[in-house]
Amino acid sequence: MSVPETGDPKSTSVNNIEAEVFSLSASEAEMEATAKRLRRHIITMTGKAGSGHPGGSLSAVEILTALYFKVLRHKPSDPQWTDRDRFILSKGHAAPLLYATLAECGYFPVAELTTLRQMDSRLQGHTDRTITPGVEMSAGALGQGLSFGIGVALAGRLDEQDYRVYVLLGDGECDEGQVWEAAMAAAHFKVDNLAAIVDNNGQQIDGWNRDVMNLDPFPRKWETFGWKVIEVDGHSIPQLLNAFGRAKQVKGQPTVIIAHTIKGKGVSFMENNPDFHGTAPNAIEVDLALKELE
Amino acid sequence: MEQEVSVREAYGKTLVELGMENQDVVALDADLSRSTMTQFFAREFPERFFDCGIAEQNLVGIAAGLAASGKIPFASTFAVFAPGRCFDQIRMSIAQPQLNVKLVVTHGGISIGEDGTSHQAIEDLALICSLPGFTVIVPADAIETEQAVKAAAAHFGPFYIRLCRPKIPLVYGEDYRFKLGKAVTMRKGKDATIIAIGLMVKAALEAAQNLEPEGIDCRVLNMPTLKPIDEAAITQAAAETRAIVTAEEHLEHGGLGSAVARVVARYHPVPMELVAIKDTYAKSGKPAELLERYGLTAKDIEQGVRSAIKRK
Repeated sequence: MSVPETGDPKSTSVNNIEAEVFSLSASEAEMEATAKRLRRHIITMTGKAGSGHPGGSLSAVEILTALYFKVLRHKPSDPQWTDRDRFILSKGHAAPLLYATLAECGYFPVAELTTLRQMDSRLQGHTDRTITPGVEMSAGALGQGLSFGIGVALAGRLDEQDYRVYVLLGDGECDEGQVWEAAMAAAHFKVDNLAAIVDNNGQQIDGWNRDVMNLDPFPRKWETFGWKVIEVDGHSIPQLLNAFGRAKQVKGQPTVIIAHTIKGKGVSFMENNPDFHGTAPNAIEVDLALKELE
Repeated sequence: MEQEVSVREAYGKTLVELGMENQDVVALDADLSRSTMTQFFAREFPERFFDCGIAEQNLVGIAAGLAASGKIPFASTFAVFAPGRCFDQIRMSIAQPQLNVKLVVTHGGISIGEDGTSHQAIEDLALICSLPGFTVIVPADAIETEQAVKAAAAHFGPFYIRLCRPKIPLVYGEDYRFKLGKAVTMRKGKDATIIAIGLMVKAALEAAQNLEPEGIDCRVLNMPTLKPIDEAAITQAAAETRAIVTAEEHLEHGGLGSAVARVVARYHPVPMELVAIKDTYAKSGKPAELLERYGLTAKDIEQGVRSAIKRK
């Protein structure tokens, strides 16, 4: 397949790390810089594609940055490495963010990012585990990732492997009944090798969660379902790293990190604007956004 | 009196055998292990059995995650609940990624009897056959069930095996060898072909026998693999007998009849009759009463054969 010229000259791909276990030594400043690059990719990719989901991708940027550049044990040169920690994107519409992150890690060339949503691209509108290196689950129909993650966690336990499973959910996604079936089961099966992260940006397609379908008291719900709950500022990398560290210490129950975030974070006119849930920025908006993200 | 044997028990016992042979075989259920007979596996391998409670969507997702991690999960519930209660989960978590999940469902069709409409799976084959890449099997007796379950374990990819609730007569001897994707000629004949699945295979054989005195010589094919269907056997039957009757415990939309008609229409059009449930829901009753009320007996097949032959 043909790969177009790189769309973003600022990209500093790490493809040259002939990857051993992925470098876990990224400093906080490096991670902040990475987060900004991911935001630029999201804008460029969705802008070029003319469709996609920038809002819920931008809100989870720090979550994926912390995971992929510090927390996860993974090898971009060997996506199927059996000892890898598993990251499962349940909110499959945040695919642009996952692709940008995987590319920055070196799973595939950064230049490929601008093929998003095009015919024959490996970067489908929503994730497809059969064609994209590093993608663990085919998602996009909401509510399914936590169940999948439990299966992966149980398999790890049966095989006496010490990998950990991370599942990223949207808060709006938690309207789905299956999420709560899975929440019950994860506690019942005591999968302490699994952590869920909720990108709690407060919005869904039709508006604020509290108006569309109120989830409150959200942390209490998880607690009463048998989960250890940690709440953090989802745009603070130090807080996220601290939360992931604490989650690893929890035994006998699963952990959920409720990451309070802002939909569209980093681009003023996208922040808290549900119009950008599933609408790409136009050319003018792309320029404005990239200026803000310099 | 012929020997009637439970296909569900055959499944349960075979699953234990598979579990002994391969430690990657795991089983899941949704609070129906006493009925689906995964209870045998649960007793033998408690650490490899996961009861998901009454939550079929989660059952399917967990099975998919286990399969993605190298396990061979057998997930069981009633046919009405999978795919009925979790179609999108089967679609996105199993079918699209072509994961190695084996859905073995019981209580298919209306022969579940007294529990009535809510528990009678009459649309499941249409739903599951619509999913790209799924292999779909409907065994005709306990012997075929055992071999089909073993074949599912041996072949990579998503499988759906549909079993019925009642004990049913054996149509095979111990020397039978199930071949994935192949029809089985149960009886030779030249005037018409009856193609049947599940408990209707026995009825098809009875019908063929009952038609003998009328001078009608019926071929009977068992089509245990509904998908991918044996196109060659169907085309040959159409060419050689020039009339086809299908018989299934399912709606006539999207089941065996539809699948056979697709092949017949494309390769060798001949008159066809579909013995199946006609666009309606069934009610409570004894299995035999229901099969009679909704047109799924040997007599209905006989009528179908006469009518198809008349239209030659």
